[in-house]
Amino acid sequence: MFPEIWKHLFKKRATVLYPFERLNVPKDLRGKPILDEQKCSLKCKGACAIDCPAKAIVMEKVEEKGSRPVFLLDRCTFCGQCSESCPFGAIKLSEEFELAQYDRKSLVSKQW
Amino acid sequence: MSVSIPIGPQHPALKEPVNLTVTLDGEKIVDIDMRLGYNHRGIEKGSESRNYIQNIYLTERICGICNVAHTTTFCQGVEELLGLEVPKRGLFIRTLLCELNRIHSHLLWLGVAGHEIGFDTLFMYSWRDREIVMDLIEIVSGNRVNIAINAIGGVRRDVSDDMRAQILQGISQLEARSQYYLDVASTEVTFLRRTEGVGKLPKEKAIELCAVGPFARASGVEYDVRKDDPFAAYPYLDFKVITSDRCDVLGTAIVRALEIVESCKMCRQIIEELPAGEIKAKAPRKVPPGEVVSKTEAPRGELIHYIRSNGTDRPERLKVRAPTLANIPSVLYSLRGGYIADIPIVFAAIDPCMACMDRVILLDTDHGKTKRVMTWEELRQHGMEWYADRKG
Repeated sequence: MFPEIWKHLFKKRATVLYPFERLNVPKDLRGKPILDEQKCSLKCKGACAIDCPAKAIVMEKVEEKGSRPVFLLDRCTFCGQCSESCPFGAIKLSEEFELAQYDRKSLVSKQW
Repeated sequence: MSVSIPIGPQHPALKEPVNLTVTLDGEKIVDIDMRLGYNHRGIEKGSESRNYIQNIYLTERICGICNVAHTTTFCQGVEELLGLEVPKRGLFIRTLLCELNRIHSHLLWLGVAGHEIGFDTLFMYSWRDREIVMDLIEIVSGNRVNIAINAIGGVRRDVSDDMRAQILQGISQLEARSQYYLDVASTEVTFLRRTEGVGKLPKEKAIELCAVGPFARASGVEYDVRKDDPFAAYPYLDFKVITSDRCDVLGTAIVRALEIVESCKMCRQIIEELPAGEIKAKAPRKVPPGEVVSKTEAPRGELIHYIRSNGTDRPERLKVRAPTLANIPSVLYSLRGGYIADIPIVFAAIDPCMACMDRVILLDTDHGKTKRVMTWEELRQHGMEWYADRKG
C-alpha cells in the first residue's frame, strides 16, 4: 500500500481544465461534415441522403439545377458514410466536435 | 417458509434492467426466475426498412461494448451472400479492432466486477488503464465507441505507419498492466474471499445448458469460435484458448485477465505481419436472394447473426442471437443454493449485456398477465384516438 501512496503523491494532475485547456484530438477524428460546393454535382439525387443511417441529410432544391444536401447536426452520428457514398468526394468530416447549441434550429447546417 | 422477492428491473446492484424473482429460505436462494425484455428496441424490425449500408450502423448500436463484433458478424454474413472476398489487409485490420475491442471489454468487466463486490479501487484502476485502449481505438478509427470501421467488403480506414508505432507502445503498457491485474485476481485476499467458490457451475452442466464465452471456458469447456470456426484473420494468428478448471467466478476473472494478455500478443502479431494491399473490395448494393448464418466470437461469447435477403437492397430478415442469452440458464443454475448477497457478482460473472440480448419479448396470454394483444392496425388506430382525445 505504501509504495502506491508514495507513487501517487508525485503524480501529475490528470484533470484537464477544459475549456481553458484543450485536449489534442487525433488526426482524422470524425467531426462535423463539411460540404465542398465546387465538387457537389447537384445532379446525383442525393446519394449521401439515401445512405445516411440517421436520416440526417435533407436535399434542398437549388433553382432548376438540382439539389444540395443540408446537414441536420442534431441527428448526425458522425459515422462518415455520406463522405464515402458521395461519388464526387464533396463531403469530408472535419475535426470540429464542439457543436452544442441552445436551440435545435441552429443545428441545421446549410453550408451554401 | 420461503419468501419470494423481486430484484430489479431497477436496482443499484445490477447494471442493466432485468427482473429476477428470487425464492428465499433465510438467506439462501432456493429458486430463481428471470424475466427479460426491458431493453427491447425493435432493432430487428428496424433493420428491414434500412438498406444494408445503413444496417451496419444499426447493428453497431445493438451494444456499445461489443460493437465491433456485431458489425463484423453482419458484414461477414452479407459478404458471404454476395460471394465477395475481402482483401487480406482488410481482414487483418478488422481482426486488430476485434482484439482491441476485446481488451477494452475485459478491462471494463474487471472494473464492473470490482464495483459489484465493493472494491472500487480496482474499478478506478482498470478503467484508467482502459483509457489506453480507448485512445488506441480512437487513433485507428476516429471514435472511441461505435467505431464504424467495418464496411461491406472490408474496412473503411487504413492503419498508417505512425499509428503502428503508437499501437505497439500502447500494447506494451497494457501487457504490463494486465500482468498486474492477473496478480490482483489471484492473490488479493479481498477479491478472493468474494469470488472463490461462489457461483459454481460444473463442466457437465455448462455443456448441457449451452454456456458460451469466457463463462463456459472458466468451467473447462474448451469452445472458442476463433479456434473452432475461424473467421477474419484468425487462421493466420497463433494463440491459445484459455480455460480454467475452477468452475466459479474466480475462474472467470482469471480467464478474462489471461485473455487480455493473449489479445495483446495477437495485436502485436497483427501489427508486425500486416500485409500490404487493398483494404476494401467493391460491393454491389443489391444482394442476391439467399440466407446465411454468420458466427463470431464477441467478447462475451459466440454471437450469431442470421440474414435472409431477397434480391433488393434491404434485408428481408435479420436475427441476432447474443451470447448473454445463451448464458442465462447457466447463471440461473449457478445462483441456486447460493446466498442472496452473491447475486450481483455471480450475475456480473457472465458479463451481462441486456442490450445485446433483448431481441424478444414473451407474451403470456393464457395466464392473464398480458391484458390485450393488438395488431399493427389496431395500434395505429389506438394511437390516433389517444392523441385526438389529448388535444381536445
